[in-house]
Amino acid sequence: MESALSGSSSVSYSLFSSSSQQPHRSFFKTSHIFEFKLRTRKMEHTHLKLATPVNCSHPGLTQEVEKNKMNVVIETEMRQDLFEEIKHRFLSFKRNTYMKNFEHFQRLSDAQSPKFLVISCADSRVCPSNVLGFQPGEAFLVRNIANLVVPFEKGPSETQAALQFSVNTLEVENIFIIGHSCCGGIRALMSMQDEKPSCFITNWVINGKTAKIRTKAAASNLNFDQQCRHCEKESLDNSLLNLLTYPWIEEKVKKGSLAIHGGYYDFVDGTFEKWTLDYEASCVKEDTRRLAVKNREFWS
Amino acid sequence: MASSFKNCMLCCSSKVTEDMAEESYEEAIAGLTKLLSEKANLQEAAAVRIRQITAELAGSTAESDGFDAVDRIKTGFTHFKKSKFETNPDLFGQLAKGQSPKFLVFACSDSRVCPSHILNFQPGEAFVVRNIASMVPPFDTTKYSGTGAAIEYAILHLKVENIVVIGHSCCGGIKGLMSIPTDGTLSSEFIENWVKICTPAKAKVQLGFTDLSFEDKCTNCEKEAVNVSLGNLLTYPFVREAVINKQLFIRGAHYNFVSGDFELWNLDFNISPSLVV
Repeated sequence: MESALSGSSSVSYSLFSSSSQQPHRSFFKTSHIFEFKLRTRKMEHTHLKLATPVNCSHPGLTQEVEKNKMNVVIETEMRQDLFEEIKHRFLSFKRNTYMKNFEHFQRLSDAQSPKFLVISCADSRVCPSNVLGFQPGEAFLVRNIANLVVPFEKGPSETQAALQFSVNTLEVENIFIIGHSCCGGIRALMSMQDEKPSCFITNWVINGKTAKIRTKAAASNLNFDQQCRHCEKESLDNSLLNLLTYPWIEEKVKKGSLAIHGGYYDFVDGTFEKWTLDYEASCVKEDTRRLAVKNREFWS
Repeated sequence: MASSFKNCMLCCSSKVTEDMAEESYEEAIAGLTKLLSEKANLQEAAAVRIRQITAELAGSTAESDGFDAVDRIKTGFTHFKKSKFETNPDLFGQLAKGQSPKFLVFACSDSRVCPSHILNFQPGEAFVVRNIASMVPPFDTTKYSGTGAAIEYAILHLKVENIVVIGHSCCGGIKGLMSIPTDGTLSSEFIENWVKICTPAKAKVQLGFTDLSFEDKCTNCEKEAVNVSLGNLLTYPFVREAVINKQLFIRGAHYNFVSGDFELWNLDFNISPSLVV
């Protein structure tokens, strides 16, 4: 950590803040939010450009940062270093990916036409770009706690907005919901005592209530961890079915122009399970609600 | 070697199935023509069914246009497993026990702006929420429980020390916001309902930049929307408290993928003297 960061600190910070004197227009200048008076200054406004050659290689920083978090009281100084690191990473991306594929990025900047809408958990360990190697332009991504899709009737929310935009405007051909092992959101759902939401988290995960009921019915003999694992998959299937409650999604699935897939990433043993919703054999109606799947594959 | 053999097998078998398909196709059409010539009253029903089949087939060819979604995912995962998971047993062993990310990141769902790409976040480093236009709605336990849950989990349970809200160039969500007519009529059920969270940003841009083109207004709005989100973060009591105690720092950012620039800024929060009423 020390050596990596001393390397980066030799780059004069002012090089990157040439525009910092320009007053940043912000509506905060005069606004009062609760007892706060917000004042915007471009305190360390950094405009990152590739004009300056910098050393961007800091292998192994991830682990060191992790260890660091355990031991050290974080001070502002260190935080600056963290963002120095971020700056270097961006410059590295720009040099090694963006500039080397300049034409591709120019084309992409005109329009995106991703093949996938991916809905995955916000968990720091499961980014689909890492796990499935999605490249810029390939996947429209929604990330929320426990990768939940709430039914159409629930009314407007962020996930609904993303569904509408990706399915109707971008016309993605695949919706892919990815769950994962050791999901904190599902654990919170399974731990709820009286099904009465008491905070944001429970208010949100209660959307997976059906999955919890089904888990309790099917796996009550298992221990808590195993029940959670069962529920992670139940909840995924529940979300897959919920997709069909959106009339414009169901229509496309029926026509065959949109496919719905589920995936489960187990980061403990490094495996991935994938299945595809079988529309003909599935049913979303309240009383006969049933998910049928096909083409189940297991990669280990 | 093994893979070329497999391909070869596939070629052979697909040739055979093609011949078979052609034959049965001829037969099927002949059968249908015969039936319809005998029973003319079925023609209308047949026409409906044929149109349906045509649409279905058109859909499945679009899918098979040299692109196999499942294949793509499988290749991606296999690569990850070999080059990352199996080569970093220490990191992944640690992550299997728990996560302790430094960042909570809000980024747009746009396929071109994944923070793992542009900022090279590695597994375990950033808790990431992605929604249309990377917006943070104000505190509302029922209406916005999704975003609220993510913030609550990241701040109270994971104790992240940094929140970064990243906007970007050519953002469709911001364009949507800027296009909402002044009378407030919404043309899409969900999208506009979501992006109107950042209406204060739109109002500011329209007042302050009257002489700019629509595109330039959008660019300004992309950044102002980030500032609205940063302000909204402070409506969450646990965020506010962590910021006061200097346990949490929040920043705004804007990624411009047309020019390849990344802008990062701070908001400086000061506590004003308490109001005596």
